[in-house]
Amino acid sequence: MLKKRKGPVIFSEIEPFAGLKRSLEIGRSEVLDRVRSSGIRGRGGAGFPTGVKWNLTATASDEKKYVICNADEGEPGTFKDRVLLIEYARLVFEGMVICAFAVGADEGILYLRGEYISLLPGLKEVLNKMRKDNQLGKNIFGKKGFCFDIKIRLGVGAYVCGEETSLIESLEGHRGEPRNRPPFPTNTGFNGHPTVINNVETFAAIAHIVLKGVDWFKSFGTDKSSGSKLISVSGDCRKPGVYEIPFGTTIKKILKMVDAKDTKAVQVGGASGICIAKKDFTRKIAFEDLSTGGSVIIFGKKRNLLNVAENFLNFFAEESCGQCTPCREGIPVLIERLKKIKNTKAAKGDIEDILSLSETMRLASKCGLGQTASDALTSILNNFKKEYILVKS
Amino acid sequence: MDKFCSVSKIITEGKKKITICDDKRSQLIPILRQIQKKEGYISDRNMQNVAFSLGIHPVEVYSVVTFYSFLNTRKKGKHIIRVSNCVSSEMAGAKGIVKAFEKELGVKVGETTKDKKISLEETSCIGMCDQAPAALIDGKMVGRLTNKKVKSIVEELKK
Repeated sequence: MLKKRKGPVIFSEIEPFAGLKRSLEIGRSEVLDRVRSSGIRGRGGAGFPTGVKWNLTATASDEKKYVICNADEGEPGTFKDRVLLIEYARLVFEGMVICAFAVGADEGILYLRGEYISLLPGLKEVLNKMRKDNQLGKNIFGKKGFCFDIKIRLGVGAYVCGEETSLIESLEGHRGEPRNRPPFPTNTGFNGHPTVINNVETFAAIAHIVLKGVDWFKSFGTDKSSGSKLISVSGDCRKPGVYEIPFGTTIKKILKMVDAKDTKAVQVGGASGICIAKKDFTRKIAFEDLSTGGSVIIFGKKRNLLNVAENFLNFFAEESCGQCTPCREGIPVLIERLKKIKNTKAAKGDIEDILSLSETMRLASKCGLGQTASDALTSILNNFKKEYILVKS
Repeated sequence: MDKFCSVSKIITEGKKKITICDDKRSQLIPILRQIQKKEGYISDRNMQNVAFSLGIHPVEVYSVVTFYSFLNTRKKGKHIIRVSNCVSSEMAGAKGIVKAFEKELGVKVGETTKDKKISLEETSCIGMCDQAPAALIDGKMVGRLTNKKVKSIVEELKK
């Protein structure tokens, strides 16, 4: 038997499907209003306001609309969606049904990363039970005309498909290459129809918001980041795992929570995040400070951070879709320069080259992968100057 | 209606209503997964067949198959071991685990045993960092790997 989790929002007590029942009582516009007023922002990491997304899709005129749950959790160091889909699948699906009701969609898709194929039987079981209990299907909970069902689609091993337009490309049977935006999926999504795409964690918060209210939700977190965040903690600590923290929690507090000792550095946001040093452990998890999809990797004092940077860059080299030149060609150059630094053959000029190339990649890559691929490296070079020695050029 | 079509769009042309399928292409990856499940890989001939039935060019099918790391154009072992090479797994000793698998199987990473039974691969983060080092054994997530566990996994797969 799994130990019951505790947390402010997602892991707090809630009666199954009470959020959906309440939604049907208060009506579409009130649901949209609550989601918007709650200030909830996308939990996948990008932090786009969920209410804005929903309202755009709700007001788009099309007979066909989709609700897609992005379960392509591929950021190194995150596993919160795995936990949600195993232990809280019902809550996630309930969020999708509420969304469908609010925006007027009749079809939902859970895009499950291929690595999580072993979760499939359990998820199907939950969906079947929901169909039986009229929480999916025709005239849901007796609401005439409200029909919605969810199917599951499996990914086939591509990190970049976590990017929403690339996920849609993959669903449509193409290579998972990100699209130019605009147009945005809210109006032109799956097969050209208006589509809401949210992270697993975002959907898991919806029933709580609708049922318990905007003020309750906003009582957690900071002014700019309302509510809570699930973090996936791994690396050098005694208690790795998934924790729910209110936004505004400091790194210091997290380290204490997971019993981490002699911590040298913390990587916040996975491979596409940044590596911070002890002097910054008072910084907070929040969209206005350390923005993250939830990956927190802890490095003890003995770890070689240049190896960490190399691991991340190799990861990006493997996962880059190859569409944009700065990303495709830039990453191998960064790896080459990093190797030079590791062999103590690099001079100040190499560091300058890395920084200027990183800037180009940030400005000229189409999606988050290329834009952030150099962040871990540059933050390690900036924050941990003791880790490497430069030669005079 | 085409057998691969799950969604259709109704358009009105004058007084006539025409049903057209706008979701055929989106069945491509599920079809490819089915073929791979059955045959272990996607052969050139199968790519041609799929392209024909979906009305797209075979090169498009090839470009999709080669984009995704879980779709193969060559036959792999009956069982596939994928060891996560993410930072958390590496810190917990994933490189040693890969070596242990190499020793037990007698092949290097990226290769398949001579009897075509088991393939050994490395893969990007599999979302098991809290139980690192971890691997996918035929899609099943296995965490907290040790040399001893590696041995028993290989024994089990060899049966």
